[in-house]
Amino acid sequence: MDNNVKYQNPNVKINPKSQYQIIKHWFCHLRFVICAYFVICALTFVIQPSNSFAQSISSTELINNAKLYDGKIIAYEGEVIGDIMKRGQFAWINLNDGKNAIGIWVNKDLTREILLSGSYRYRGDWIEVTGVFHRACLEHGGDLDIHAQALRKINNGRLIVERANLEKRNFFLILSGVLCLILILTQLKRKSKK
Amino acid sequence: MILRPKIEDVKAIGYYLGKVAIGLGLCMSIPIIIGLAFREINPTLDFLIGAEITLIFGIALTKLCHTEKDLSWMQGMIVVSLSWLVATVLGAIPLYLSGHWNSFLDACFDAMSGFATTGLTLVQNLDHMSYAHNLWRHLIMFIGGQGIVIVALSFFVKGASGAFKMYVGEARDEKILPNVIDTSRFIWIVSIVYLILGTLALAITGMLSGMQPGNAFFHGACVFMAAFDTGGFAPQSQNILYYHSFVYETVTIIIMILGALNFKLHYHLWMGNRKEIIKNIETKTLFITVMITFFITAMGLAQSGIYPRAILLFRKGFYQLISGHTGTGFQTIYANQFNNEWSHLALVGVICAMALGGAVCSTTGAIKMLRIGIIFKALLEDIKKIILPERAVIAQKFHHIKDMFLEDKQARSALLITLAYLVLYGLGAIVGMHYGYPFLNSLFESTSAAANVGLSCGVTSINMPSALKVTYILQMWAGRLEFMSIFTLIGFLVAAVRGK
Repeated sequence: MDNNVKYQNPNVKINPKSQYQIIKHWFCHLRFVICAYFVICALTFVIQPSNSFAQSISSTELINNAKLYDGKIIAYEGEVIGDIMKRGQFAWINLNDGKNAIGIWVNKDLTREILLSGSYRYRGDWIEVTGVFHRACLEHGGDLDIHAQALRKINNGRLIVERANLEKRNFFLILSGVLCLILILTQLKRKSKK
Repeated sequence: MILRPKIEDVKAIGYYLGKVAIGLGLCMSIPIIIGLAFREINPTLDFLIGAEITLIFGIALTKLCHTEKDLSWMQGMIVVSLSWLVATVLGAIPLYLSGHWNSFLDACFDAMSGFATTGLTLVQNLDHMSYAHNLWRHLIMFIGGQGIVIVALSFFVKGASGAFKMYVGEARDEKILPNVIDTSRFIWIVSIVYLILGTLALAITGMLSGMQPGNAFFHGACVFMAAFDTGGFAPQSQNILYYHSFVYETVTIIIMILGALNFKLHYHLWMGNRKEIIKNIETKTLFITVMITFFITAMGLAQSGIYPRAILLFRKGFYQLISGHTGTGFQTIYANQFNNEWSHLALVGVICAMALGGAVCSTTGAIKMLRIGIIFKALLEDIKKIILPERAVIAQKFHHIKDMFLEDKQARSALLITLAYLVLYGLGAIVGMHYGYPFLNSLFESTSAAANVGLSCGVTSINMPSALKVTYILQMWAGRLEFMSIFTLIGFLVAAVRGK
C-alpha cells in the first residue's frame, strides 16, 4: 500500500530495488490472473452442454448476406408463426424474429416442444434453432431456409387477451345514431312525397 | 372555349359515386361476419365503423345529388376515376383502425394496392393480423379485380347506357354479352365458380402440405382471390414462401394464368369453343412473351450462379417471372434477394414481363397482350409494304374471338396506350431515383406499381418517403384505369377552374 503511494507521487524518489520488487509483485498477480482465465475457459468448455447455442443471427443479416452464411451452421431465433406443417419425419416451421420470417426444416420430434404458434389470438413460442443455413436449398427447390439440428424454447407463447376498445365502441354508437337519423329522415321524406 | 361544368354534371357524378360507396359499405359486412364468427372484438368494431362511415357518405351523396338522368360519357369516366379514389380512402379506414399500418397514408397505399390488384404492401406485423382484416385485404382485390364499378353495376345501376360508360371507364372495352349488366354479372359468375374450385384446390393442397383444415381453407380463399385477381397479397408475411410446397406453387401458377386471360375467352371456353385458346392473338402473344422474358431471366440467373441446378433455376425463376407477367406479384423469394442475389439481366427480364402484362378484359394491368400483338402485326405490315411491290395490297389479319383485319385506328390506339404506360413507368423511376434509389431498383418498383404487379425489390417499405408512396398510389390508380378516365377527370377539373 505504502509502495503504491510512493509510486503515484512524482515528488518522491523511488529506490531502484523497491521498484524491481513492485514489478515482480505485479507480475505474480498477472500470472495468477492469466492462469485463472485459462482455467475458467477450460471449465466452461467442459461444463457447457452439448446443445448450447452460439450468438443468434438476425433474419435481415441472413437475407442480406446469404452468400456469406450459405452452408454454415448458424443460430437463429424467432417466434413460431402460423402452422407447423408436418411432412413425413420432418416438419416446416416459420420463425419470425420481428423483421422477417424464415422457414426451418426440422425433425418432427423436435417440434413437440412447441405448444403455441403466433396468430391474432396468440403470441407464439420464442424458439432458438441451430442448423445449416441455405441460401438456395438444393433439397427444397431453391428456398432460403435453415435445416435445424437442435431446437430450444426460450420463451413460452401466451394467449393475447382482447378487450374492447372503448373509444372505438363509443364512436361506433355515435355513427349508428347518425346513420339511423339519416335513414329515418329519408323515409319521412319519401312518405311526405307520396 | 372551355365550358365550365354544370351543376347537373356534379349531381350525376355525386349520385353514382354515392351508389358505389353504398356498394362498398355493404361489402364490409363480409369481414364483419368473419370478425363475429371468430370473436374478434376490435376488428369487428373497425369494420362496423368503416361500414357506417361509408354508408353515411354514400347515402348522403345519393340524397344530395339525386338525379333521374343517365350518365354522359364524360360523367361516366369521372365517376369511375373518382370511385377508385373514394374506395381507397373509405376502404383504408378499417385497415388503419387495426393498428397494423403506421399512418393513414400507409393504409391508403395498401387499400389502393388491393383495389388496383397490385400487391405492394406497407403492412406491419402481418403474421398477427385478425382474420377479418386479412380477409378484407384479399376481398378488396377480388372487388377491384372485377372492377369496383362492376359491383355497383351488377346490383344498383338500372340504366344500361350509363352502365356501359362506367364499364368502359374501368378499362374494359369489350362486352362479353350484348348487355353490359349481363356482362358484369357473367364476370361475377365466372369469378365465383372459380373461387369455389380454386379455394377447394388450394385448401386440399394446404391440408396435404400439413396445414390445419380451418387455416387451409382460409388461406385457400385468400390466396385464390389474390391469384385469380392477379393481386399478390398473401395472409402471411413470407407470401407464398410460407407454404414451402411445390404443389401449392403450381396451383397458384394455374390460377394466376386463368386470371390473366380475357373474360371473353373464358366465356368461349365455357361455351365449348376450346380451339379459341390456341387461335387467339392474346394467348399466342402471351406464350411468346413468356418464353422470351423467361429466356432473359434464366440467362441472368445462370450468370449470377445463385441456383446451381437447372430445376432450382426454373422453379424460382419461372415462378417470379409468371407472377410478374400475369401482374400478380406473388413471391417465393425475399424482396432483398432480387437486389442482392439476382443479376441485373435477370431483373431486366422480370421488368419486361411486368411491363407487358396479361390479356385485355382480365384482372391484370400493364400494356396487355392484345396491344403487343397488334403492334407486332402493324410492324409486320409496314415491313411487308417496304419489301413487296408498291401495287401489292397488304392486309394483316388477326384472330381475337373472330378473324379481324388490322386497322390503322387499332394500331394507333395500341401504340398510344403503350406509350402512356412507358411514360408512366419512366416517371415513377425518375421519382425513385430522385430519392436516392438506384436506377434499376427504381425502374423495377415503378413498373411493378404502374403495371399493378406487386413484386418488390425492397424499395417499398414503411421508411420510403411519403412523396414516393403518393407517386406509387397515383401510378397504381392510373395503371389500373388505363389513363382515359383519369385524363377526363383532369380535363373536368381544368374546366371547373378555367371554364366560362
